[in-house]
Amino acid sequence: MTIASSSPPTRRPRAREGGGDGRLAAVFIAPALLGYLVFLLWPTLRGIYLSFTRFNLLTPAKWVGLDNYDRMVHDPIFWSSLKVTVEYVFINIGVQTVAALAIAVLLQRLTQSALLRGIVLTPYLMSNVVAGIVWLWILDTQLGIGNEIIGGLGFDHIPFLADKTWAIPTIALINVWRHVGYTALLLFAGLQAIPNDMYEAAKVDGASEWRMFWRITMPLLRPVLAVVLIMTVIGSFQVFDTVAVTTAGGPANATNVLQYYIYGSAFGRFQFGYASAMSVALLIVLSAITFLQYRLTRAGQTDLG
Amino acid sequence: MATLTTTPNVPNTPTTTTKQETVRPPRRPVSVGRVAAWIAMTAIMLITLLPFFWILRTALSTNTGLAAHPSDPLPVDFTTGGFERALGLQSTKEAIAQGGSGGGLTFWRYLLNSVIVSTLVTVCQVFFSAMAAYAFARLRWRGRDRMFGLFLAGLMVPAIFTLLPNFVLIKQLGLVDTLLGIALPTMFMTPFAVFFLKQFFMNIPREVEEAALLDGAGKVRVFFRVLLPMASTPILTLGVLTYITSWNDYFWPLMVSYSDSSRVLSVALAIFRSQTPQTGYDWSGLMAATLIAALPMLVLFSVFARRIVSSISFTGIK
Repeated sequence: MTIASSSPPTRRPRAREGGGDGRLAAVFIAPALLGYLVFLLWPTLRGIYLSFTRFNLLTPAKWVGLDNYDRMVHDPIFWSSLKVTVEYVFINIGVQTVAALAIAVLLQRLTQSALLRGIVLTPYLMSNVVAGIVWLWILDTQLGIGNEIIGGLGFDHIPFLADKTWAIPTIALINVWRHVGYTALLLFAGLQAIPNDMYEAAKVDGASEWRMFWRITMPLLRPVLAVVLIMTVIGSFQVFDTVAVTTAGGPANATNVLQYYIYGSAFGRFQFGYASAMSVALLIVLSAITFLQYRLTRAGQTDLG
Repeated sequence: MATLTTTPNVPNTPTTTTKQETVRPPRRPVSVGRVAAWIAMTAIMLITLLPFFWILRTALSTNTGLAAHPSDPLPVDFTTGGFERALGLQSTKEAIAQGGSGGGLTFWRYLLNSVIVSTLVTVCQVFFSAMAAYAFARLRWRGRDRMFGLFLAGLMVPAIFTLLPNFVLIKQLGLVDTLLGIALPTMFMTPFAVFFLKQFFMNIPREVEEAALLDGAGKVRVFFRVLLPMASTPILTLGVLTYITSWNDYFWPLMVSYSDSSRVLSVALAIFRSQTPQTGYDWSGLMAATLIAALPMLVLFSVFARRIVSSISFTGIK
């Protein structure tokens, strides 16, 4: 979060030759601009366009106006997918944010070990696919060590990923395991910006760690926390991989998250128009959430100096 | 996990506390809070690392052994059969006898595919983004700020939104089921990479470049010889994270690749998982495959860990 400070008015050697660097800049910007136009701007516009069409990939897209949106509003699976996704995001972000904050504070106040910071990041190096498969095994109802431990404690085995009520929280927590270290390091970066003098001064005044956390850490970390929250929420809404390898949307649509439903509509039933309409809906939801979060948490402002 | 850092003295509990104690002269008694905090920290480390141990333990067991002793902490009936199955070194008969699916997996092929895609994406994306970032940070041209605003707006579009239309485009280009088709959409830039590197270039003092310019070097030369070397740490961080992201990507390659010729590890792994034999999962083979898929990233990270961890710490990347 740097501020683009205007450089002091020094005369640059070539400034007088006029004209700027137009031609050179064109060369430097060309590849990135090409990528931007072809693989970002154009698909965005095209995605919006496709949402107003019927399109099965084989025959040309046919304009159908608001038909897809009309269908979406009346599609119970769409609404259940949205509900499941929101439930996932709440559990995932809730647990992850609290855990990441705790880890970040521990990493800052307890030890400055770079080794521990490295270890915390290891699950992030795995793919979602790997994390999903590993936890599928650990939580396996028959042989998984997780259930063996639960059984050893005298409880019944829990069909974590095969039960309607357990499946979404389980997937949410698997993804917490993979992402929490990365989130913690981002928050840790924010904590590093808080001057140590503040803690020293508070300690002289006899403040406890608990009090310092609420009076110093939280207020000063707020802008960073807000940005991290916006980023993780957006990422969380796009959950797909873990669902695909663990439950495939089941049991009975209980984990059919929006992105999984969109994928199924496009590649299972070849309804690219309808899938695009749902993508647009997701885009609108995400934009609204980003805007709201930004306003609520006043992400742009800082209390620090 | 020994793969992480090359820190000479492994900082465990005693060394770090003594280090802090020397900073703070009055030696405080060990507080309850501190002990509790260390217990919490240990628990976090265990939850983080135990699954890795469990992967290894399962991969080195036989499937029959796993079924008989599900909670034995060490490999049951030690074997490398799981790895052999994952790498396709076992005959079909052998594999089925040991609880595998017998469906041949050409993991070497997928490994190579993953390396090609991730390398292509990382090298091109970081280089092209750096070029654009230089143009935005240091060159003067008409429409620069407006163009940068356009790039920034791209940050607002969730990657997932562009996947369906991009698939349609890749299909029209005839690149479905090719490695180039998988790499292409992220090969040129991401708004984040451009934004991140531009911020870094802006913070490099102009005097450094001006000295080179006065010496008669052109701006192209300044970019390659002065700015790129100075930005090596953020570029390395960006590069490693891009590589990891690309390596772990599943959704996009799943859309684009249909056959072995373009199948990458993440997709192959999911297919391996779905080739479940009637009798039950081949957990041993599956965990071996998982480890093979994850190991390259662990190695890559461990090589650069020290620079990256501290770099993430002060850039707040992504």
